[in-house]
Parts: sequence; C-alpha cells; structure tokens
Amino acid sequence: MTFPAPRPYRRAMPFSLVDFLQALAAGVLVGSAYALMCVGLGIIFGAMRVINFAQGDFLMLGMYAAFYLATGAGLSAFFGPSVGPIVAAFLAGPIVFAFGWLLHRFIVSRVTGAGAALTTGDGAYGQILTTLGISLILQNGGLIVFGSTPTGIRTPLSRSSWEIGEVMLNQGRCVCFLVSVGLAAAVYLFLGHTRQGKGLRAAADNSQAALYMGIDVDRAHRIAWSLGVGITAVAGGLLAGSQSFQPYTGFDFVIVMYAGVVLGGLGSILGAFWGGLVIGIVQQMSTLVLPYQLQNTAIFVVFLLIIFLRPQGMFGRLSERT
Amino acid sequence: MTFALPVKRQLWAIFAFAVAVLALSAVLGSDYFELVLTQVLLWAMLSVAWNILCGYSGYFSFGHAAFWGLGAYTVALGMLHFDLSPWITIPAGAVVGGLAGALIGFPTFRLRGHYFALAMLAYPLATLYVFQWLGYQEIPLPMKREAPILYMQFTNPRAYVALALGMLVISLLMSLWIENSRFGMSLFAIKQNEPAAEAAGINTWRWKMLALMLSGALAAMAGGLYAVVLLVVTPEAVFGMLVSAQALILALFGGVGTLWGPVIGAVVLVPLAEGLNAKLGNVLPGIQGVVYGVAIIAIILSAPEGVYWKVRDRWEARQSKRRKEPGASPPAVTTVPALPRAQRAPVGADLLVLRDVSISFGGLQALDGIDLAVPEGGLYGIIGPNGAGKTTLFNVINGFLAPQRGTISFAGEPLIGLRPSQVCRRGIGRTFQVVRAFPRMTVLENVIVGAFVGAADDSAARRMAVNALDRVGLSARANAVAGRLTTRELRLMELARALAPQPRLMLLDETLAGLGHDDLDGILGAIRQLCADGVTVLIIEHTMQAMVQLVDHFDVIDHGRLIASGAPDVVVHNHEVIEAYLGKKWAQQVNEAAK
Repeated sequence: MTFPAPRPYRRAMPFSLVDFLQALAAGVLVGSAYALMCVGLGIIFGAMRVINFAQGDFLMLGMYAAFYLATGAGLSAFFGPSVGPIVAAFLAGPIVFAFGWLLHRFIVSRVTGAGAALTTGDGAYGQILTTLGISLILQNGGLIVFGSTPTGIRTPLSRSSWEIGEVMLNQGRCVCFLVSVGLAAAVYLFLGHTRQGKGLRAAADNSQAALYMGIDVDRAHRIAWSLGVGITAVAGGLLAGSQSFQPYTGFDFVIVMYAGVVLGGLGSILGAFWGGLVIGIVQQMSTLVLPYQLQNTAIFVVFLLIIFLRPQGMFGRLSERT
Repeated sequence: MTFALPVKRQLWAIFAFAVAVLALSAVLGSDYFELVLTQVLLWAMLSVAWNILCGYSGYFSFGHAAFWGLGAYTVALGMLHFDLSPWITIPAGAVVGGLAGALIGFPTFRLRGHYFALAMLAYPLATLYVFQWLGYQEIPLPMKREAPILYMQFTNPRAYVALALGMLVISLLMSLWIENSRFGMSLFAIKQNEPAAEAAGINTWRWKMLALMLSGALAAMAGGLYAVVLLVVTPEAVFGMLVSAQALILALFGGVGTLWGPVIGAVVLVPLAEGLNAKLGNVLPGIQGVVYGVAIIAIILSAPEGVYWKVRDRWEARQSKRRKEPGASPPAVTTVPALPRAQRAPVGADLLVLRDVSISFGGLQALDGIDLAVPEGGLYGIIGPNGAGKTTLFNVINGFLAPQRGTISFAGEPLIGLRPSQVCRRGIGRTFQVVRAFPRMTVLENVIVGAFVGAADDSAARRMAVNALDRVGLSARANAVAGRLTTRELRLMELARALAPQPRLMLLDETLAGLGHDDLDGILGAIRQLCADGVTVLIIEHTMQAMVQLVDHFDVIDHGRLIASGAPDVVVHNHEVIEAYLGKKWAQQVNEAAK
C-alpha cells in the first residue's frame, strides 16, 4: 500500500483562508457550467423520465460544434478571439438542438413517449439500451470525424484573470459563469411563462393527464429532448474555451450531471441548477482536504449522502400512492 | 415460471450448451479464438449475475463493475502481495463480492427505481478513483513458471475455456434454482409489484439482499478469472463504466429476467464487438463502436424486451394458433376440501381494534381519531365518499403507513411498527383498490406467492393456493397468465391470493368497484362464502347499494372521521351520512320530507 506523501509542515488548519476562498470561487465558476448542463439533463429527465446515458456525448458535440464554429467558420476572426468563442458556444446550442430533434424523431420516440412513460415497466429496458447505443455511436463516430487528439478553443480570456484581493478569478470562467446563469434564467422563464413551457411541464408532471388535456405529449417530449441536449451543448461550448477535450470527454460529465440533477431533485429545473452548482463547489473544495485524484470520489460521497438522506433532493417532492 | 421451460429440459439445455462450448473449443484452432470464447463465457457470467438481481427483482444496477473489479483486484493483489493462488483468491473474491453486496445493499435498498439505479452507478466509479489514488494503476500478475497449474497459468488456452464454462454453468444452475424456488418467485413478485408482494407477506428486503449478495459474489468470481486470463488489471478496465454497461447490455439484448437472455446476449454481442475491433479497428478507429451501437439500437427497436422474449412470443403465438385454444389451458386443478383452520377465538370477541388512530399528510388530516372494533367472524363495511380516508385506513392497518397517534391491535397484539409482511404473517390479508396483480405470472403462481407466508414449504404453498382458487371459484383459470384476465377474474384472483395463507382477517379495498351486475353477484357470493368459512372481513366501498346487501355492519368515514356506525338500514338513513354523500341541501330536503 502507498500512502499520500506527508505534508511538509503542519498548521492549525490544513488550508489557509485564501486557499478556501480561491477554491470556493473556482467551485462557483466551474459549478455554473455544471449547473447549465444539469438544467439540460433535468429538462429531459423531468419531462421524459428517461435515463439518458448519451447526455455527456451531446456535451462533447457542443464542444466540437463550438470549436469548428470558432475556428473553421471564422467566428473568432469575425468577433475577435474573446467574443467569438462565446458566440460559437451559443450557436452550438441550435445545431445540437436540431440534431437532437432528428434523433428523437427517428429513434428515441420509438422507445419513449406516452405509451412507454412508465419507466419502471418493461419499456425502460429499451430506453436505456437505446441511449447507450446512441452514446456508443456518438463517441466512436466522434473519433472517426474529429480524431482522437485532444483539442481546445484558444481564447485570451482563459489565460488572464481578475484579482480580488489574493483570489484569482479566471476571466474565461467568469464570462462562462455569467452566460450560464443568464441562459439558465432564460430557460426557467421559458418553462414558467410560455405556452410551450407550460405544456412541457404538464407533460412532465403527468403525461397521461396532459394527453387528455390536448397536449401533444410526443411533441412536448421532442421539445424537451432537443432543448435538453441543446442547452447541455451550450454548456459544453462554454467549457471548450477553458479545457481540452476529445471524443470520450462526455462521459466524465455524465456522473457530474446525474449527481447534480439528483441533488437538486429529479424533475426540478431550479433544483438541477443549484445541484450542478453545489457539485462544482464540492468538487473544487474537496481539493483543499483530499488529494486531487479523489475529487470525483468526493462528488460520489455527496451524491450518495443526498440520495440516502433526502432522496427527493433539495427541490423535489416524493409522491407515491398505494 | 410461466416463461421458463420445465426444469428437466432446462438442465438438458445447460448440458447441451456446455457440450457445444467444449466442442467448439476443441475445433477452434487459434489461441485468439479460444481467448474470445473465454471472454464470451466470462461476460455471460457477469450478465447472468446481473440478471439474478436486476432481471428477477427489477432493481436495475448500473454498477456491477464494483463486484467485477473487486474480484479482479482480490486475485491480482492476493498474488502480488501474498503469493496466493487464484484457486484460493477467486472463491475469496466471491466472498468479498458477497460482502460488498451486503454493504451496498444495506443503505441502497432504501431507494427504488431510478434512484437505486443511479446510486449503484456511483459505487464502482468512486472505487475506481480510490484504487487509482492508492497507486494500483496497473497490476501485472506475476508469472509463476515454477508452478503454472497451481497459479492457473495454463499454456493450453482450452483450460481457461473449461474453467470459465464451469463457473458459468454453476451460475446458470443457481439461476435455474432461483427461478424455480420461493426465492425467484418472491423476486419476481417484487419486480412486478413490490407493495403487493410486501402485503402478501413476502419479506422483500431479505430477498433483495440475498439476490444482491449472490449476484455480487458471482460477478466477483467472473472478474477474478478475467484478471487471471488477461494477466493485468487496471482500475479503468475493471471498475469502468464499460463493465457495468456490458453487464446490462448483454442481458437487455438477450432478454431480461430469463435464464438464457444473458447467454444469448454474450454469444451474439461479444464476438461481434471483438470481431469488429479486430477487422475494422485498424482500418478506421471507432467504426467498430459505431457498428456495435447501430446493431444494439436496430435490435432494440425491433425487440424492445430482448431477443429471448421476441422469439418466445412468436413461438407461443404459433403454438396457440396450432392448438386453436387461445390463452386458457385445461384446468389442471382438482377440488380440495378446505384445510382445517388454526386456532379460532370465540365468535364475537373483537379481533381488530383501532383506538384514536390519526395520521396527517402535510396539512391534510387524513385520519382523525378513528375508533373501530371488528368482532371475529363479522362482515364489516367501511363506506365514505372519495377522499374520505378509507384506503389510508387500510394502509395504516397493514403497515404501509405508520399512524402519528393511536393504537391498533389484532387478536390482542399491537400491530403498529410492523412491516406489511409481518402484519400479513399475523393473519391479515388485503386486496387493493387498483388490482395489484403480478401480470406475467399465471393465476396459480400469483396465489402461490400469497400462500408462502402460511406454508411450511413450496409444495404446501401450492396446495394452499389450489385450495384458495377453488374457494373463490377460479380453478378453471389457474394456468392463465394474470395479464389476460378480466376485471372480475382479477378481483377474484386477488381475493384468492389474500386468502391463500388462511388469514383470520381480510381487508378488501373496493373489491366491487368497476364491476357490472353479473360480475358483482359472483364476487358477492365469494365474499359471503369467505365469511361463512369463518374469515372476518372488513370491506371498503364508496357505493352503498351493493354493500347494503352484503355487510352486517357499516362504519361511515368522512374527512378522516368516523361519522356513523351501525346496522346498514340504520346508517343509510343517518342525517350526517346523507349530508356527506349528497351535500347539505339534500340532507335538508330529506329532513323536510321526513317531517
């Protein structure tokens, strides 16, 4: 057995206040991107009750879409190297939305929908396998199309930072934070205040009843699915400016996303946002006390604790009838 | 079970499979093909293990890599640090896997559905990072040239095929045993309707734990041999998501919850993936994954429940067409006289007594100080409008809900705090408002599940089930699949299921709801017969007509409170009852008419 190397010196606290604030700030900034991708997953899970294993791969698609828009399509040249990648991240949304729409139309809708809404029944098997299959195709198709070399979007923002006291705030992450919060708020307003959004929520709450109320549940599901993957793709596009990625990157985020969504409460969009944010904070703060390799283990521990102590999550509710 | 071939034929099938694998291994020329064959068998074993928990009980696990990885690391570390032979560490790995199952199951079985599945996802991945952190990035198994056989390092790859086959056969035999015993029946009931299983007296927690431990032990054994075969263990390779995914992909593809499903999945998909990898992997990296993904989706779109079920449904449809006898099989059941009843309290003594029972959900006072006494042998009715708290009352009595205040005693013993299965053991059976059948089991099997509680062994359970079916007059349909029954038959079946363990008290929840006139008479007759046989009956209804003919005492509940109690003809003229049912205005009119 090997043990972590002993610390060179001892203090009353294992970390300083600045370390703490730095980790907190990093957590909030990273967490905002997680929050946005969790909102995307939350919409899909909330509306369709489908466990989508391919969600991380749509995130990866968003990263590559933003990458090619920024470099190949010349957005970075047109808007400048700072603004261009952000515009590209936004445009990755509609592209992946459209792709998701087609995927739902031709594949996903055949194993989900009003008839197969009860995921505890036998219909769930087909759904899980289908999303696993989609995930395999996207990852390996990505390998063929994009190649296996890790890439990233070069933006001056990610290499400069603002300083507040001794705490450094990466500018790229800060912009990512603002965009994520703004977009998540827009989605929240859309779901709460538009006809489409209300129909979607009704279909999520009780698809059978929504069907009887004249809501086209399959259409609502298609919107939810496409919107969900599109939003996650924007989060991916934003992350692409500050980290390198390759076609298998998506899976690293599946756990983050599910942890965030469960933490917030399955089915709650607001909960998904806060859940993602908390996961980001936990991940970054854990590096204060745990070795770097264990930061994801910290996520799992929090995830399990939440599931056991408050399975309905922060914003969810439990409903069961006998 | 309904979908399984008879045990004897299954044993022959396993034997034939083993012979076929050995024959294939004998003709395969290359070491590479032998290795692929070994992998098919090992992945099949993992998937069979997964199926024991997830296929039979319906609790999905996305984390079987935890067990596989623990088994692999037990072997690798045992050899590296302690010079232990895999002959010892593979069984030791099984113990580790079983213990891990217990450790994981203990907290995780508090969860259901998606929460359970997602929680399981976290275990192997968390373990993965821990093993990385501990510095076990890559453990090569040391070569033992001096004693290859002692350390399972065979030069002939057929030895690994034989070993893997032996372990797979053991797993299949265990699966077969589970399918045909109380264990499997209980898991199957849990899968189809856990509350009903619990209410029928099945200790669901115990069976789920056993299934997870057994599943973990078998998966760990397969993982252990996998380490021996591949000679190197990395955390990603044994704890990674791909392992967990493989376990469920193979079983889902082949057919969940069937003995052969995982094997079918492994036999088709593992060589496909390997072959694609070998043929296409060098030409265009990634294409093999795409083809694999497309194959999975294509097959799942045409057979969403797996290959086995698709084939079986086709086959059965053809068989029944040939026989021109849709669904119903000839009754294989003979009339059995009612079994002698256990000790009986003198008729008239109070069997079930509720005192001041109250429960509220948030701001809603669902039950508000209910007092109730049901004498042994009585036929009592509880009526009340929708939402009055009737079903809640039953849920409190049989242990689904714990009241916040009050006491419940049954035959002098307190009931509060007992699990539904324990309440059932005490002699209280119940039916549900929405029939909770086990739709894929036959009528007889449904009732057998109910009989386990009162039966010493499985054959006694069968006798009791046959007897119960006879008492409700459903013997002719004993071998029909429950999913194909009419509402009347379902109600009777549920009645028989609750009746089978010979309860002293039956709780019937809206058994008459949704039935036409003709059907009604049949059910009423069955209930009266129950009562004549000495079973105490407490029945809930919200419609009065049928009840007035049936019961000898009414309790009326409204807004969680008992508002009237007495003989039927007295109660139906009670002012408060009329008000509760028809509103104040009507109550006044009735009053004026009476003046």
